[in-house]
Amino acid sequence: METPQTETSEEALNAGFEARIAAGETIEPKDWMPERYRTQLIRMMSQHAHSEIVGMLPEGNWITRAPSLKRKMVLLAKVQDEAGHGLYIYCGTETLGIDRAELVDQLLTGKAKYSSIFNYPTLTWADIGVIGWFVDGAAIVNQTVLAKASYGPYARAMIRICKEENFHKKQGYEIVATLANGTPEQKAMVQDAVNRWWWPSVMMLGPSDSNSPNTAELIRWRVKRKTNDELRQRFIDLTVPQADAVGLTLPDPDLKYNTEKQGYDFGQVDWDEFWQVVKGNGPCNRERLQARRDAHENGRWVREAAEAYSAKHSRREQSTAA
Amino acid sequence: MESNESQWPLWEVFTQEDGGAPHEHAGSVHAPDAEIALQNARDVYGRRGRVVSVWVVPSNEITASQSEWAGPFFDPGADKAYRHPQFYKIPRGLKGF
Repeated sequence: METPQTETSEEALNAGFEARIAAGETIEPKDWMPERYRTQLIRMMSQHAHSEIVGMLPEGNWITRAPSLKRKMVLLAKVQDEAGHGLYIYCGTETLGIDRAELVDQLLTGKAKYSSIFNYPTLTWADIGVIGWFVDGAAIVNQTVLAKASYGPYARAMIRICKEENFHKKQGYEIVATLANGTPEQKAMVQDAVNRWWWPSVMMLGPSDSNSPNTAELIRWRVKRKTNDELRQRFIDLTVPQADAVGLTLPDPDLKYNTEKQGYDFGQVDWDEFWQVVKGNGPCNRERLQARRDAHENGRWVREAAEAYSAKHSRREQSTAA
Repeated sequence: MESNESQWPLWEVFTQEDGGAPHEHAGSVHAPDAEIALQNARDVYGRRGRVVSVWVVPSNEITASQSEWAGPFFDPGADKAYRHPQFYKIPRGLKGF
C-alpha cells in the first residue's frame, strides 16, 4: 500500500509527541517516541518484570513448609501469579524493541536491577503473611497509579495485574490476622515479622523525591502519575489502621496522625540501608541471583525438549504434506 | 549466556471470556510451535477460569495499520454523519420509534 511519506524534523516529531502526552493520549508501540522515552520505559518496565520474577523466591521458600494444604495451594497460586505478572510485563517491554532473551540476560548477569525488597530473607511462616500484606499492598498502591501510565502496553499489563493482586494482599492479611489472634508465640512471631518487614516495605516505593533523578521526567511524560513520596504516604496511611485492627505495632515511634495533612507523619527512613541493598549488598542479593541462574540452567533441558518436539512435528507434517 | 539458545518466535494471544464476549488481545508469549504457544497462553492469560477460548497468531503474520497514517487512513469514517441515526429527523412526539 502507498503510504503518505512526509519528511518531519525530529523537533516537530518531539513537539507532536509532547502535545499528545499533554492531551492525555496513550502512546502505542508503533507511534513515534523520543529515544529517551523508550529507554526510560525499557529500564522501568524490565526492572518491574524482574521484580515479579525474583519476587517468587522469598515466598517459594515456604511452599513446602506451609502449615496446611489450603495455605500451600494458596501460596502456590500466588507464586504462579507472580510468574504470570513477570511475563505480562516482559511482553509489554518487548513491544519497545528489545527481545526477551536480552532482558533475561540482563537479569542473570546482574546488569539489571529489581526491587530491593526481595533481597530480604523469609525467616518464618509469618513472613509470608506480612509479605502479602505489606509488599503486595505497596505494589498495589504503585500499580494502581501505573495503570494510567501513558504507554499503552504498560498500562494494560498493570490493569491485568491489579485485578489479580488483591487476592495476594488479602491472603497475606488473613495469615497475619490468624497469627495475631493465635497463641502468644504466634502473635510474637507475626509481630517480629512486622518489625523486620516494615521499613524495607516503606523503602520499596523508591528513593525520596529529592533523591530520585528520574521522577520529574517520568511524571512529565505521564509514565508515573505520583511521586515516590506520595505513593509512600498513601501506603502508610492505608496500612496503619490495618495494623491497629489486628493489634500489631508498626516499628516506628514517630508514626502519628497529622490532622492538618490528613495523613500520618513517620520517622526517618534509613536510606543508607536502601542504597546498600540496591547496590547488591543486601542480605540475599547473591543468593537470589544464583537461584535465578540455577533455574535458568536447570530449565535448559525442558526448552531443548520442547524445541526437539516441535522440530519433529514440523518434519512429520512436511512429510505427510509431500 | 544465551548464545547457544535461539529466541523462540513470538505469538500474539487473543482470549475470549465467557458470556459471548469477542476475542480480545491479551498479550504475547514465546513458543517453538503453535501447540506449545496455546499451552503457554493458557497458563499465562487464562489462570482465572473466565477464559473459554484462546487464539495464538505468529506476531510476524499480523498486518497492521501504521500510526503515522491513522488520520488519512480512517478519514472516510469521520465525515459521513449520515451513517449515524442522529442524522435523521422523525416527527416530533413520536414515541418508541
